[in-house]
Amino acid sequence: MKPTDTSNPEYFHKVVDCQWGCPAHTDVPSYIRMIAQGQFSDAYMENRKSNVFPGILGRVCDRPCEPACRRGRVEDKPVAICRLKRVAADHRDDITERLPKAPEKTNGKKIALLGAGCASLTVANDLAPMGYEVTIFEALDTTGGLMRTNIPSFRLPPAVLDEEIGYILDMGVDLKLGHRINSMKDLLDEGFDAVFVGTGAPKGKNLEIPGRYDSDRIHIGIEWLESVAFEHIKEIGKKVLIIGVGNTAMDCCRTSLRLGADDVKVMARKPRGFFKASEWELEDAEEENVEILVNHSPKEFVYEDGKLVGMKFDLMEYNIEENGRIDRGTSTGEVVIPCDDVVLAIGQDNAFPWIERDLGIEFDKWDCPVVNETTMMCTRDGIFFGGDSAFGPKNIIWAVEHGHQAAISIHKYCHGEDLHDRLPMGLNLSTQKMGMHEWSYSNDYDGVSRQLVPHVGLKERFKKLNIEVELGFSAEQAAEEVERCLNCDIQTVFTESLCIECDACLDICPVNCLTITPNGEEQDIRARLKAPALNPDQALYVSGALPHTARVMVKDEDICVHCGLCAERCPTGAWDMQKSTILVPYAADEAASDQPQAATGGAAK
Amino acid sequence: MTYIAKPKISLPNLPKNELGLTTRDYEGAVSTLCAGCGHDSVTAALIQAVFELDIEPHMLAKMSGIGCSSKTPAYFVSEAHGFNSVHGRMPSVTTGANAANRDMTYIGVSGDGDSLSIGVGQFVHAIRRNLNMCYLIENNGVYGLTKGQFSASADIGTKPKKGLPNQQEPIDPASAALALGATYIARSFSGDKEQLIPLIKGAIMHSGFSLVDIISPCVTFNDHEGSTKSYAHTREFYRHVANIDYIHPTEEIRVSYDEGEALPIHLRGGDTIVLRKVDRDYDPTSRADAFKHLRDRFNAGEITTGLLYVNEDRAEMHELMHNIDTPLSRLPYEGLHPGNDELQKLQSRYR
Ligand SMILES: Cc1cc2nc3c(=O)[nH]c(=O)nc-3n(C[C@H](O)[C@H](O)[C@H](O)COP(=O)(O)OP(=O)(O)OC[C@H]3O[C@@H](n4cnc5c(N)ncnc54)[C@H](O)[C@@H]3O)c2cc1C
Ligand SMILES: Cc1ncc(C[n+]2csc(CCOP(=O)(O)OP(=O)(O)O)c2C)c(N)n1
Ligand code: SF4
Ligand code: SF4
Ligand code: SF4
Ligand SMILES: [Mg+2]
Repeated sequence: MKPTDTSNPEYFHKVVDCQWGCPAHTDVPSYIRMIAQGQFSDAYMENRKSNVFPGILGRVCDRPCEPACRRGRVEDKPVAICRLKRVAADHRDDITERLPKAPEKTNGKKIALLGAGCASLTVANDLAPMGYEVTIFEALDTTGGLMRTNIPSFRLPPAVLDEEIGYILDMGVDLKLGHRINSMKDLLDEGFDAVFVGTGAPKGKNLEIPGRYDSDRIHIGIEWLESVAFEHIKEIGKKVLIIGVGNTAMDCCRTSLRLGADDVKVMARKPRGFFKASEWELEDAEEENVEILVNHSPKEFVYEDGKLVGMKFDLMEYNIEENGRIDRGTSTGEVVIPCDDVVLAIGQDNAFPWIERDLGIEFDKWDCPVVNETTMMCTRDGIFFGGDSAFGPKNIIWAVEHGHQAAISIHKYCHGEDLHDRLPMGLNLSTQKMGMHEWSYSNDYDGVSRQLVPHVGLKERFKKLNIEVELGFSAEQAAEEVERCLNCDIQTVFTESLCIECDACLDICPVNCLTITPNGEEQDIRARLKAPALNPDQALYVSGALPHTARVMVKDEDICVHCGLCAERCPTGAWDMQKSTILVPYAADEAASDQPQAATGGAAK
Repeated sequence: MTYIAKPKISLPNLPKNELGLTTRDYEGAVSTLCAGCGHDSVTAALIQAVFELDIEPHMLAKMSGIGCSSKTPAYFVSEAHGFNSVHGRMPSVTTGANAANRDMTYIGVSGDGDSLSIGVGQFVHAIRRNLNMCYLIENNGVYGLTKGQFSASADIGTKPKKGLPNQQEPIDPASAALALGATYIARSFSGDKEQLIPLIKGAIMHSGFSLVDIISPCVTFNDHEGSTKSYAHTREFYRHVANIDYIHPTEEIRVSYDEGEALPIHLRGGDTIVLRKVDRDYDPTSRADAFKHLRDRFNAGEITTGLLYVNEDRAEMHELMHNIDTPLSRLPYEGLHPGNDELQKLQSRYR
């Protein structure tokens, strides 16, 4: 194999599994260390730099970082990254002074942002401090988009939304509430320099089976949740069926319990393992005694005397193929399950009835706009999409990342620059050695297991709709949990010219991830390492020829616990522990980069 | 040295031996030796060897004298017995222990100073007795613990970090053991675990005295240019003559070895090793050949490694003395004590 090119920022970035897994590249290990040292405000600001809404995301993020977390491969449970984010938010001091502010003079460029959801808000967050005149048009009388209308208040209190959205609006954003855009054409006539569409995927999927329209007790999940959020709906029948088993279904069933239902069943068409809902959302629902019935395929609504009394399902049987794929299934019988209300939670669609089709904005066969994944621009210059409106429903953190990228593009567009000529990511490395056996970070492996977030009691929590169920970690729990982080950004960096091949590092490594071996092809090397490298998703770090024997040092990055013992045992300093800082460029960096080439990692913010 | 102990992380796919133990179960305290010391690599090889031999920790005795090398027993198999004796006296203490309990496995870890200077008399007589033990010399050419004075294994002309080159003849422990009639003699290098681990396994399973002389560089006092026991020098001049594979009792000897290339050797204890010659002309069963080869290659400046000599015909100490099979430590008091009448009779003969 060729020696690993560690000058490419991507290599060390990928070693930081959580940061790599995070669409917005949040520097997780850095903020966890800040929490460990009690620097909650710093940890909050570190988060805000990339993910903009730490208090919100610390509660409801989809957390792709956690399944990616290395700790989950060393033991079974990843670090509670998301809940630690909330710790930073809960314990921060007043940080308003540290927030970016709009300059006294604007740059004269007018940007229209459609929708006041997280995508548009991120664009505003990035552009307003640069002097852009930002106007947000929002159809509803309130901000936040689905975060407010659909994510129930028992998971995400409105006060948290108000505060973090307020930070952005206070940067001098012109917010026009109750202002639905009904014609893109008309908007374009208003002479904005660029338009960002962050209107989400607002259409709940319907279920076209017999009896669908014969009752007003059949609800579409996201519309129903919105009505609950706005207190237009305050109650529901005793027996409720939720159709679908995604995250929306979990919010619907838990909301039903708070509106008076006492028998809530989530009806899944497929078996467990094929559910769309995240593991933790399922857990939270089941903790509240929601029943999940598998292999029930909806057939028709059942009425008695014109009143909805139940639903008929096909009982399904499936073959699961060896590759884990499931077939379409066959019906083995029918069953009627009684109910008073039904909530359909089977997905969302995009809908753009207000975009005229003759504006040069191309739509694909699913009626979604054709959007460039890098620039977020559609086929008409100067119009950008982001969040759920761009590629269909995803989640908040993706919407935020889209917002960052769109902000970069908008800046470039307004300055007549090539949208594709974007700043690359940068990399800083700095040694963490402080002395003989001293490292700047807590390098000793701590075997403590994942802390459980305390919840409000099962009786107490149903008393009101907006009682937040999760209480957040106590100080003691946070102190334990931070020690579980393996500091994957403290990289093992190797200098082959110094190695005397004494084997000290190989012998001390607690997870056998180092080997000195003759060079060869990757597949061959993977098989003959001290511990075979079985995870192809994780890189091998391969040195050049070692001075004494011309063999190579190979490190399997997979389960390195970044304990630094290799560096500590190395007599020559051939291994060193160095912190990698991935410099992620934002719009402000693009603006500052007219002279320097590299990103400063959001220094301007 | 390191302050942080190697953390115990229970990895799901760590191999287990017949006893259900992993290599982690055969580890000891965290080493206090210098970072990069060859001795630590030998420790790692020892851990691997005893793990692969399925040795029950409580049936293992780790014996040593004084020196950095003699600290090794602290760093492997914490659950085993250990005796850190006086400088150079490990062979005698082991003789006593072995006399009392012949069922245990004895691994002595010594240094070139411990064995070839102050303890050379003890070393010599343990060989003569063909004491059933595995005797490792972690050979670095210096007294590491006392800051790097030349030991008796330092080569003529080898340079110290400061001061004048050595002028005295070195003692080569392998040649000395050959002359004294040792029955298993091997040499290896701390930086070559592939060769070393099977040699240690063979040495442990061999019945009688087995010596493994391991070049184990002192990274602090003897790893500079001009030293003949440095990593660089050893790498440049060491040659394999004959390596071995240890055959685990549950394994079959599947391979049909080409004559002259590999031959199975049945150890007295019932185990089998397979000899793989690197130098076709080398015959490790011939004492005369081995002696000549060692001298010739030594004079040519080479470091000959591998299984240098093996003799499965000679009886070990207990057999030579016709002792009973049961370890003395397990005999009942009545069996060990002749009784007052017998003692009176015995004493009367000297009156
Ligand atoms: C029930 C439910 C639960 C969810 N839970 C989570 C979760 O726990 N974690 C997570 O990360 N994600 C979750 N999501 C997904 C997440 O809410 C969305 O991915 C995210 O809100 C998308 O943000 P956005 O800014 O693209 O759009 P939205 O949040 O949908 O905001 C769009 C805004 O645009 C406005 N608008 C629409 N059309 C117009 C128009 N023509 N003119 C003016 N304004 C308009 C809307 O009123 C709305 O305010 C959940 C989604 C649902 C439905
Ligand atoms: C009776 C006695 N004499 C002298 C010493 C001092 N002393 C301690 S270790 C040592 C030499 C150790 O050399 P070696 O056995 O080669 O071990 P190394 O440290 O090189 O591994 C000496 C002379 C002692 N401890 N006891
Ligand atoms: S930091 Fe070094 S010793 Fe520790 S697990 Fe990683 S490679 Fe092994
Ligand atoms: S400890 Fe250092 S010198 Fe020794 S093998 Fe490892 S990297 Fe090379
Ligand atoms: S002084 Fe030499 S022999 Fe002793 S621990 Fe240090 S390197 Fe090893
Ligand atoms: Mg020595």
